Amino acid sequence: MNRMLAIVEREMRKFFRSPVLMIMSMMLPLVQLVVLGNAFGGKIKNARVGVVDYDHGPQAVKVLEDIDAVEANERTFTAIPYLNERAARKAVQSGKLDAAIIIPASYSQRVLSQDDPQLGLVVDNSDQFMSSAIESTMQSVVAALNAPVLPPRISNSIALEVVELYPYIAYMKFLLAGSVALAMYVSVMIGGGMLYIDDKARGVHEGYLVTPITGLELVMGMNIAGAIKAVLAGISLTVIGSLLAGLGVIFHPILDLELLCILVATSIAFNGMMFLMMVRVEDPLVPRAMFGVLNTLLFFPSGAIYPIAAFPKWLRAIAIVDPFTYAIRSLKEVLLKSGGFGAIYRDLLFLAAFGVGTLLLATPLFKRTL
Amino acid sequence: MSGPAINGAMPQQPVAMAVENIVKRYGDFEAVKGVNFSVAEGEIFGLLGPNGAGKSTLIRMMTTLIPVTAGKAIVAGCDVSKDPDAVRRQIGVIPQALTSDPDLTVEENLLIYAKLYSVPRGQREKNIAEVLEAVDLLKWRGAQTKTLSGGMRRRLEIARGLVHDPRIFFLDEPTTGLDPVSRIAVWEMLNNLKATRNLTMLLTTHYMEEADKLCDRIAIVDHGHLVALGTPVELKNSVAGANVIEVEFAREAEEWKARLEQLAGVTSVQPESAGFYRVVTSSGSQTTMELVTMAAQMGEAITSLSVQNTTLDDVFVHYTGRQLRDEQVKPALASWAMMPRGGSN
Repeated sequence: MNRMLAIVEREMRKFFRSPVLMIMSMMLPLVQLVVLGNAFGGKIKNARVGVVDYDHGPQAVKVLEDIDAVEANERTFTAIPYLNERAARKAVQSGKLDAAIIIPASYSQRVLSQDDPQLGLVVDNSDQFMSSAIESTMQSVVAALNAPVLPPRISNSIALEVVELYPYIAYMKFLLAGSVALAMYVSVMIGGGMLYIDDKARGVHEGYLVTPITGLELVMGMNIAGAIKAVLAGISLTVIGSLLAGLGVIFHPILDLELLCILVATSIAFNGMMFLMMVRVEDPLVPRAMFGVLNTLLFFPSGAIYPIAAFPKWLRAIAIVDPFTYAIRSLKEVLLKSGGFGAIYRDLLFLAAFGVGTLLLATPLFKRTL
Repeated sequence: MSGPAINGAMPQQPVAMAVENIVKRYGDFEAVKGVNFSVAEGEIFGLLGPNGAGKSTLIRMMTTLIPVTAGKAIVAGCDVSKDPDAVRRQIGVIPQALTSDPDLTVEENLLIYAKLYSVPRGQREKNIAEVLEAVDLLKWRGAQTKTLSGGMRRRLEIARGLVHDPRIFFLDEPTTGLDPVSRIAVWEMLNNLKATRNLTMLLTTHYMEEADKLCDRIAIVDHGHLVALGTPVELKNSVAGANVIEVEFAREAEEWKARLEQLAGVTSVQPESAGFYRVVTSSGSQTTMELVTMAAQMGEAITSLSVQNTTLDDVFVHYTGRQLRDEQVKPALASWAMMPRGGSN
């Protein structure tokens, strides 16, 4: 027991003496949180939309007024008058415009005679986000144009009433769970995987192996130290990230306790997984080469950035065995929904079982000799 | 080879460690080929040989770092294959590389190892202070290891190996990479440790002088075999001829070797480079006189001449048929020989 604690002590003394690991493990997730959180979370503003009016009638004026209203209020786009459809299409193709609205000749007449009136919208669908945003805004404009001037007292159309359980969640808040898990992963990768192989290559392990320490004590010592480092990285990023994203959960003791449980379970799972992968590796270049691949393979299928339901089957299969999935899901439960232990205990159980399972597999693979 | 050419008698003290027909195989390659020797308590025993001779493999088997393929190694009364933990508790090991943690202080490194060896809490401070004093690092106890010089780091490694007060101390090339001054300081320190702590030491080295100055007995290892074993004096006496004459003639001639072999007392002549010969003789003074006379009669100039007692170098050449330092210096010599040389001598 004392020998195991000596390994933990050595690792922690090194860790606190050189804060580089802590800084490096938080750098990537923090940058990702700030950049992606701000880049992807906002709505499209000030897109350039050309307007070609062949009609010039009263109904066309109504369309133009609604477009002006969008420009003044939502500011999704800015209308730029164009003389003909050909020039407007060319401008969309060349990127001068993001879309073009075509009001055809006789539009007003067809509206008044209820003769299947149509408005044209030319979009650059190579940019899905932009085209979807403009299309959505124009659907609202068209819905407003179709609405009767005097609504009937008794409506016979079916309406969908949406009840939002939680206040509006900005993308940065959504991303925070993934960033916390990523910080822990980077900490485990650098502070566990890379340092472990580097120590082996430098002969530090040779020094341990001539002492009476058992293989189990050595494995447990290194994993406990790795888990403590990962938890510290997780706590740091949860606090900094919550403050950046404007989440107040860190000021609620019960939620803090739940978060701590998730961070501990996640660190056990990540350390077990990393130790299993690195237990027989000798070359210090291997963990460095694996860093990016593992990051992509584990982080992105976990639902941190995009919903798992949108994935193909093979990617969902990865998500099922990926500890990131359970770490991020449980973190979202607590950070965004204040879900309570009832909502996270299954994830905690999976993470703990995953960590213990991988450690049980890795321990017999650990060589007590050179 | 079935056994060493000479096998010097072991001192009368009890046996601290012994290997019996020990073998280490890596696939088809046999790194250690059935080596036998015993080391008495309180003895400094040296394994001497070039890089790749099997010294480090031997020491790694004896310190439980690698499994023994065949044969037996008994250290401090315990079989390294059957009871490795008992062996580990009683030995201190200084690996070839500097493995103390550069981010920790001198004292922290020792503290961690004291804990790994389960030194009782009340004893740790005392042991650390004692070993730091023994290696003269007391005033550096708070310094970060990465700030120490190479010699000081080596001394820290030695202190680390002693922090649990072991009975037996293994040192794998303890002075490799050190400058001559630091090397001599380490030798003095090891001699002091032997005297004050009654340690049994087994060290590997490829430095002849180190083996000669430090070791009570030396085993010469070559290509995985133990080729000779004895005290430095025994080993030197085992080589025919008591003196070595190194002579360099101004002119290289084919007949030099044959002429030198005919001089009184000469037992062997080895050409070293153009015009330079190493002559082993049983009578240094008589051979030297005849050599000078012969050169004068032939009208040949001698550019340098030295007479010395037999060294372990000569012993190594005698038993292995090659220079110990051959493998280390061959590439350097080759490039040196290619360079144009100035001067008349």
